[in-house]
Amino acid sequence: MPELKTEHSTSRLAAVLRELAVPLVSVAIAAIIGSIIMLIAGFDPLAAYAAMFKGAFGGGRQIGETMLRSTPLMFTGLAVAYGFRAGLFNIGAEGQLFMGGLSAAWLGIVLAGMPRPLNIILMLVAGAAIGAAWAFIPALLKAKVGAHEVITTMMFTYIGRYIVSWLVTGPLKAEGQIPQTNRLPVESTLPKMHEMLPFLTPSRVHLGFVVAIILAFFIWWVLKYTSLGYESRAVGYNPWASETGGISVSATTIKALCISGALAGLAGVTEVMGVHMRLFDQFSAGFGFTGIAVALLAKNNPIGVIAAAILFGGLSAGGGTMQLEADVPQKVILIIQALIIFLVAAEQIARWVIGWTDRRGATEHAG
Amino acid sequence: MAPPLIELREITKQFPGVLANDKVSLSLKSGEIVALLGENGAGKSTLMNVVYGLLSADGGEVLVEGEAVHIRSPRHAIDLGIGMVHQHFMLVAPLTVTENIVLGNEPTRGGVIDFKQAREDVREISHRYGLAVDPDATVRDLPVGMQQRVEILKALYRGARVLILDEPTAVLTPQEVRELFAVVRSLVSEGLAVVFITHKLEEVMSVADRVVVMRDGRVVGETRPSDTDTAGLAKMMVGREVVFRVEKSPSTCGDTILEIEDLKVLDERRLEAVKGVSFTVCAGEVVALAGVSGNGQTELIEAITGLRKVTGGSMRLKGVDITHTAAREAIAAGLSHVPEDRHRRGLVLEFDLMENTILGDHRQAPFAKHGVLDFKAITEVTRKRIADYDVRTPSEHIKASSLSGGNQQKLVLARELGRDPDLLIAAQPTRGLDVGAIEFVHNQILAERSNGKAVLLVSLELEEVQSLADRILIIFEGQIVKEFVAGEASDEELGYYMTGGGGDKLSSGSEEVMTDARAED
Repeated sequence: MPELKTEHSTSRLAAVLRELAVPLVSVAIAAIIGSIIMLIAGFDPLAAYAAMFKGAFGGGRQIGETMLRSTPLMFTGLAVAYGFRAGLFNIGAEGQLFMGGLSAAWLGIVLAGMPRPLNIILMLVAGAAIGAAWAFIPALLKAKVGAHEVITTMMFTYIGRYIVSWLVTGPLKAEGQIPQTNRLPVESTLPKMHEMLPFLTPSRVHLGFVVAIILAFFIWWVLKYTSLGYESRAVGYNPWASETGGISVSATTIKALCISGALAGLAGVTEVMGVHMRLFDQFSAGFGFTGIAVALLAKNNPIGVIAAAILFGGLSAGGGTMQLEADVPQKVILIIQALIIFLVAAEQIARWVIGWTDRRGATEHAG
Repeated sequence: MAPPLIELREITKQFPGVLANDKVSLSLKSGEIVALLGENGAGKSTLMNVVYGLLSADGGEVLVEGEAVHIRSPRHAIDLGIGMVHQHFMLVAPLTVTENIVLGNEPTRGGVIDFKQAREDVREISHRYGLAVDPDATVRDLPVGMQQRVEILKALYRGARVLILDEPTAVLTPQEVRELFAVVRSLVSEGLAVVFITHKLEEVMSVADRVVVMRDGRVVGETRPSDTDTAGLAKMMVGREVVFRVEKSPSTCGDTILEIEDLKVLDERRLEAVKGVSFTVCAGEVVALAGVSGNGQTELIEAITGLRKVTGGSMRLKGVDITHTAAREAIAAGLSHVPEDRHRRGLVLEFDLMENTILGDHRQAPFAKHGVLDFKAITEVTRKRIADYDVRTPSEHIKASSLSGGNQQKLVLARELGRDPDLLIAAQPTRGLDVGAIEFVHNQILAERSNGKAVLLVSLELEEVQSLADRILIIFEGQIVKEFVAGEASDEELGYYMTGGGGDKLSSGSEEVMTDARAED
């Protein structure tokens, strides 16, 4: 709605900057504390960060690798963020991701020989659907009997993971010693991005990255500009007022958790279709859980999720180079990630550093 | 002459979009009760929060006994002898009175809290200021008036010589209000100074030595109760003449809009809260449901508005059965609801004014087309509603939480009346509002009536019921025990039936019930 922005554009810009300040300052403080830790441990933080940056953004291959690693985090970050906006903590994105991966590994073989665009669309849709289905039962339990989604989605994560474990060692196991499914035929995989952008050669980044970015903008639009998103946010903020305004809290809860599950399912699908081309036990490096951190850092803003996922993807991609070139253990990355999460959660620290000394909620008592 | 206990010089406080305090000066001497009077949002609480160190001023200075100080925190304010009792008490409910009072300043002996000393101290100050309270009672079990007394004792225990009371009577019964006033008078006779933040004119007249009136962040006048009357104060506060009694034409009862027949509803504990209620409301009529809180009004309203399941009986809106419809269908059928608790049910405080304006109509044209919100239409309508209903706000982009109470209620009214309903259900529509806002709300309700709308008003305020209603239904213990035509009954008569005085079958159990009702609060 550009026609409305004119008279408020300056204050809007200020509001956006205000929103950004806490995450940015948190990241900066985390980097500083990280360097102090490295100094104490006898490493050179400047060399470490330089190597990390080089490993993450130093060239086409590195940038491609950062994009690759950020892709599943965008999906799971969006999943968790959407849940949070509706007042739901989908801690079980990992389980929905596993089911998405499973559907892709199975469907990709079934669809062998069909046209590639058709396969890609069908597999993405199916993965989103099964991710939503995996979230549906916890959602129903939440809406009808009030069972807390933190418990139920987590339990469903275990169920999902063990189902995958069983299938890859038994019914769906490929020939050979390794517990994994058959390799997907090429028509059931996502194209590599370097096929279109040679600059990224020889990184493994696939079309899933583009899908994730488009989806982030789509989810942002849904939340802000549709009745569905409006209802999700209303219920997240105040279920009683929503109910009074004729919104069905239980239906909205179910819809929101299913949307969240669908987004997490897509993380599994794109990992299988774009990276591994098959399914095995360890195909996710805890992306569902890191998604929680991404959503937190993004303050549940879908556009923010893009940036937060790229940051986390970059840290992960740059970690290897840091270990090789600066001789700093890759585990330092985990410390920095943990610090970022800590600082974002304890928002007051960043506010204090910025100098926003007004006490919490002060502006809300202007009477 | 000794300098004043506290002197404020040209205090200025700016919030985003609002100048909450504009060069406010005020002084306070030992032994006086100063009432700080103003509408909601006039800047009274902001000013006192500056004094208590909760906010820091953008300009001006605070002098304590003639010395300029910068009050950094409530702890600092307490050290300077300033105590504040907030509207919402800051007590730890499961702890005893003594534990609450000494919390933060516990007397210790060898690193262990000396409870014997603490109890002695509490007894001593409670005796000295005539604030009787049982030091061993658990705060949770005390009535609201007693809890407030504990808050005051807490401030005194910490050595307060200036006591700020923020809307202290909002939660009290008339009896408790009288007791509070006696306490306040005894405090000032001991040399304390008391600031009394309020928007209730009668209180100011009966307790204050001096009245400072604020409007739009500025001090607009200062007077003594003996030099003025409530009408004069209201004029200073609102800035124009205020009509206390609304004028209304005789009722023109048209078609029956709402028909309730033998309605039965359960409460949270699955006990029958509404026990077979029947009544009708016709077009162009205001029907008031009067009763003591907790006699089934809330459950009845929730049932009509589709928020609570009905276990028996039937309801019809314009002849259409709405007995088992959800809130959404009830809204579509032409019902609007101004809920009793506007923060919980009336508004989404984190939403901006536009988003709050469309709540309930967010799926329909003109606000939404095919599930997509049309912000051009939303902005246009919101601006119109803000103007029509006099919602004071810098823009439609701010959150509902930053509006004052009166403006929040106007926003709810704007939404609910803007929908052009056939039936308006208004529950406690003026609770916590100042005279200006009350007058506005009353006029809006009567405007609906003269437009041929049906209005069901639920109120605890007899004055409101008497001045607005065409018919008054008295609800007691989930039943309608008496019906009056407007002007037929005195306040005393209404009160008599509201407390179970009417009807032989009810009189036997009434004692018991009253005790129950009090325990629930």
